[in-house]
Amino acid sequence: MTRDVRLTLGPLLYNWPAGQRLDFYRAIAADDTYDAVVLGEVVCAKRSPFVSDATLEAAQFLAQAGKEVVFSTLALPVTPRERAELADICGMAGDGVAVEANEAGALYLLDGRPHRVGPYFNIYNADTLRVLARRGATSVCLPWELEMSSVEAITGAGRDLGLTVEVPVFGSIPLAISARCAHARAHGLAKDGCQYVCGQDAEGMAVGTLDGQTFLRVNGTQTLSDAVLVLAEEIPALVAAGVSALRITPEGVDMVAVGRVYRDLLDGVVDGAMAEGTLRALLGDRRAANGYLHGAAGAGWERVNATA
Amino acid sequence: MSRTLELVCPAGTPSALTAAVEAGADAVYFGFRDRTNARNFPGLNFSAAEAAQAAALCRDRGVRPMIAINTFAAAGQEHIWRQAVDTAARVGVGAIIVADIGVAAYAARTYPDLRLHLSVQAAAANPEAVAYYARLFNVQRVVLPRVFTVDDIRMVTASQPGVEVEVFVLGGLCVMAEGRCTLSSYATGRSPNRDGVCSPAEDVRYEQEGDVLVSRLAGYTINRFGPGEDAGYPTLCKGRFEARGRASYLFEDPVSLDATALLPDLAAAGVTAIKVEGRQRGKAYVAAVVGNLRRAIDSLANGGPPGVAVSAAGFTEGGRTTEGAYKRGWR
Repeated sequence: MTRDVRLTLGPLLYNWPAGQRLDFYRAIAADDTYDAVVLGEVVCAKRSPFVSDATLEAAQFLAQAGKEVVFSTLALPVTPRERAELADICGMAGDGVAVEANEAGALYLLDGRPHRVGPYFNIYNADTLRVLARRGATSVCLPWELEMSSVEAITGAGRDLGLTVEVPVFGSIPLAISARCAHARAHGLAKDGCQYVCGQDAEGMAVGTLDGQTFLRVNGTQTLSDAVLVLAEEIPALVAAGVSALRITPEGVDMVAVGRVYRDLLDGVVDGAMAEGTLRALLGDRRAANGYLHGAAGAGWERVNATA
Repeated sequence: MSRTLELVCPAGTPSALTAAVEAGADAVYFGFRDRTNARNFPGLNFSAAEAAQAAALCRDRGVRPMIAINTFAAAGQEHIWRQAVDTAARVGVGAIIVADIGVAAYAARTYPDLRLHLSVQAAAANPEAVAYYARLFNVQRVVLPRVFTVDDIRMVTASQPGVEVEVFVLGGLCVMAEGRCTLSSYATGRSPNRDGVCSPAEDVRYEQEGDVLVSRLAGYTINRFGPGEDAGYPTLCKGRFEARGRASYLFEDPVSLDATALLPDLAAAGVTAIKVEGRQRGKAYVAAVVGNLRRAIDSLANGGPPGVAVSAAGFTEGGRTTEGAYKRGWR
């Protein structure tokens, strides 16, 4: 298809311990599949003291391995401690360090300097993209909720603005972020004094309906989809629309293998159907979803030929 | 207390607007009858002509009319949101309430004298975010997301003295950061950000299974009510779910926000205006809660107590209330 489309490994959303993170990123560094890796705590600043050294170490060896390293910011910085962490990260931008803003506070701190905008900031139209570009954004990752016609319109505007557009193609879908921690609440705790219970669930806490249907995952203050976003047959249309990078969000499966599926798909080594089959096999019993890009419920699975 | 809190009230219909004005609102907010506003429900909202009449009525009574254009413009259809801004400017409102920076940029560029308020749907959750909207679009007032303790609010007002702060004190409570939640569209395909609806009524089913009443949203069970339990509306984040082998109200109990008792603290924290949620509520509700809050504010201004909690009016969800994020333990 094209070698120009880059693969980005998005930030790890789960509360994995430092050692597990380092092992994970060493495997990513040792393989040439991913072009860029986004690091940094997005969900909860309470995790940062335990993992920030590992993040900095990973940043170093990933950069040495030739990866572009991007630091992401908190999705919902509210308290003084969270704001201090936000200011620290935004302060690094410009010294050859790329920073991705996930809300307006980060955009304020990065205003006028080159920066990226992450998928937690609401970009639903080209007018929004124009504002971001005028203030220094060089690259954006679109939110999960958009359907194809919006992706096409925004990507087209991005081309005119000289701004690269990335789209999430794989991983649990972040559906909400809260000041309250439902993970702690499920353990009878509050966010203060949470005992870091989110670390007990390597892929978030499963949330089912009262009729036993799998539905959501709670990851600290974040609510994720239980189904995993899998865009495969849609990739040619995204590339044709001018999307310049695909974002793959880490799950507890072989993420090097997942990246290779997308690289092979972009290289024309496999087709969309074959890629989808391999990704489903890697996911085991996790359900796949692609509804948002087809203008349907995000949890849904739409057959691509029916909408192409 | 040296200053009086401005009372900002909802109007889903012209008759609710009249009720709010007569009950003592200082300002009334409403939206157009389309997906440019976050209460895009059947039978609600205002045509352009009704908006003009409403704005005129408010001005005659010394009440500030505000129009909410607080969803995110759909790519390729930005003209719908621009037209809403044009209409609001034409009918002469005291402010428009926006969330999308594309819409804000259009309004600031086209109508520099039209007062801009930042909707809660923009979820400006820290002083830097508030400063961003003030710097880029000259936003005059920010409606804070429901993530702040009273101390957090003081942090915003102290560091951004040039921007007024408005906070919700009564009504439905979003558990998630507003404008950043796609739970509804994940299940149903329609969301607050894009369509102005959360957990839309056409996807709701109530089904009797023996003596249990089941509420479902787009096929997902949101709750099961035993005999004698109040069957609330299946708003997704207010449902009962199973986690760790236990059924519970995982995100939030079926409660409404009532921060009436905190009015003195909010005023002391530098809040300019207090807001009532509920454009979907009828005129009887609006009249009752606006009247109670009017008396509470006036009592405070005269050095008295805020008075009876507004929830005593008996209109709240499940009859139970919370002070939400304003108290630290909520988190």
